[in-house]
Amino acid sequence: MARIDGTGSPIPRILRAIALVVVLVFFLFPILWIFLMSFQTNETILAIPPSLAFTPTLINYTSLISGHLQTAAGSLDLPFMHNLFNSVLLSSVSVLVSLVLGVPAAYAFARFRFRLGEDIAFTLLSFRFAPPLLVLLPLSLYFKDLGLANTYTGLIWVYQLICLPLILWIVRGYFEDASPDVEYAYRVDGHSWWRAFTRIAIPLAGPGIAAAGLLAFIFAWNNFVFALILASADKQPVTVGALAFVTASGIQYGQIAAAIVLSIMPTLALALYAQRWLVEGLSLGAVKG
Amino acid sequence: MNGLDIHGLRVAFGRNELLKGIDLTVAPGETLVLFGPSGCGKTVLLRAIAGLEPAARANVRIAGRDVSTLGPESRGLGMAFQNFALYPHMTARENIASPLQARNVTPADIETRVNEVAALLRITHVLGHSPKELSNGQKQRTALARALVGKPKVLLLDDPLRNVDAKLRYEMRLELPRLLRAAGAATIYVSQDYREAMGLADRVAILLDGHIAQLAPPEEIYDAPNSVKVARLFGDPPINLLPCRPVAGPRGVAVSAAGWQINLAVERGAAGRSCLLGIRPEAIALSQSEQPGAARAQLIATTPLHERLVVLLRAATGEEVVASVLGAVPPPGSAVWLMADTTHALLFDAESGARIPAVAQMVEHAA
Repeated sequence: MARIDGTGSPIPRILRAIALVVVLVFFLFPILWIFLMSFQTNETILAIPPSLAFTPTLINYTSLISGHLQTAAGSLDLPFMHNLFNSVLLSSVSVLVSLVLGVPAAYAFARFRFRLGEDIAFTLLSFRFAPPLLVLLPLSLYFKDLGLANTYTGLIWVYQLICLPLILWIVRGYFEDASPDVEYAYRVDGHSWWRAFTRIAIPLAGPGIAAAGLLAFIFAWNNFVFALILASADKQPVTVGALAFVTASGIQYGQIAAAIVLSIMPTLALALYAQRWLVEGLSLGAVKG
Repeated sequence: MNGLDIHGLRVAFGRNELLKGIDLTVAPGETLVLFGPSGCGKTVLLRAIAGLEPAARANVRIAGRDVSTLGPESRGLGMAFQNFALYPHMTARENIASPLQARNVTPADIETRVNEVAALLRITHVLGHSPKELSNGQKQRTALARALVGKPKVLLLDDPLRNVDAKLRYEMRLELPRLLRAAGAATIYVSQDYREAMGLADRVAILLDGHIAQLAPPEEIYDAPNSVKVARLFGDPPINLLPCRPVAGPRGVAVSAAGWQINLAVERGAAGRSCLLGIRPEAIALSQSEQPGAARAQLIATTPLHERLVVLLRAATGEEVVASVLGAVPPPGSAVWLMADTTHALLFDAESGARIPAVAQMVEHAA
């Protein structure tokens, strides 16, 4: 885009660059600030006026990783690393389960018209826009009865409310965009429908599946309220675990910043890694070159 | 029956019945061109034969084996799609090898047979390329190679030359009959181009309104279409249809239209009825001087079509006539005389659209 219409007058190009800088500063400055905060002690953070000149310290990271926080009021145990592990476990298993369930379902919704098909698809989507608080109270009661309260299984089950609709609807769109002729051709070649699904449909929808999986992972990772209500300390993810930094002796800004930096790392790394598939092959030129 | 045998094929989408009972038989080595306007169900018919159309009800036999209830993978046919339908994440070689892999052919045999068919279609040099690196012509050849490699008993080709450029289309029209003969399969070839049908077909099936409107060798369909619809469909530029009311003549009926006086050896029953006189644009010649039997007309416009010129004319009597001629024509606005070769002139009943049968044919039937 920029290269095509940026060839004329330089003014639009300059304006576009300025707009880009403004947007980037707006979105990235808080992250930069958090990053800087994570290398400062609470004292320097709260100093007025704030200063960019400080002696970096790794104390926040070491206390998070070792799990012991030294405060003015004494030593405090921090289950942060365990929270981080919970987050990774809950999010990745949830996404995996959703992919296993959602991708074949998305294929069915995309390729076949069946009775109540649209209604089922829409009901699944409605899980996304129903407020979670609506279901939390009955869920927590059911979970107690079923013995699912405070278990990974229970949380992963509830996380399907987040992941499954996303994956189903995004991947369905990709399946619908791919010409069924390519699968038909594979069937006519003598391959079973299952092979056509696994060897043709899934690879062709690969970028969509990757994008949907990544989005679902981020949404699951960012979830707060389900885990807050349905799990106790040892099963809680980072989003809930970060509450522990609001201690009796004050808010531990440095540790919060370090915790945020650590907790955005996995999603950031995943996004950078998956970017390749997100962009590549979106137009594979399957038909009518 | 050894080739392909279809009986009572019906496809209905809800209440809309697209194909209303198709019976077709194609012999091994025969090429049947399925011809019809867009949206008439040609592709759906092919899909139904291949087992890809869940809405289809049909009795399909391939080489004597009833495959009606089998899935597409068990019918053992080859198919080329209009949009090529190559597997974008595989190379041309893997694309072509796919039907063989499904049949557990050994890798060495796959190699030999892919190379054979690639040499036949002259795509050996691009076997390592992925579909997006292929030109449209190469894609189309790869798709054909994939359909041919398994040596199927039945070949279904869905307008394979639709998406390739004109030059390549001519090349392939010359090459295809040889390829299809070598394959020896019962072939159904979908086309919307009557020249393609003329060049490739042993027989042409005209699909109209869910039925086979006419099934005959291409020359017969061109010379003796059994209805106005078929006549209009099969020919480019389309046939001239001039309203007329014939009177009984010496050897049939006499027709007067566009300034011509024509005697036609057709059934006298047509006399006095409202009819359409059909004259192919190729059967009309232009002259700049008055000729016996010629009709006066004014030249309105010309446009080249392949080696011929298509000329739009207005007869002195007011009808518009299209002629397709070889060689130069006078500029638009000129007065010309039109001569019609009436040996192939056709007469249709205006109401029913049916062709008025020739007298000679009647005699044959009587004898």
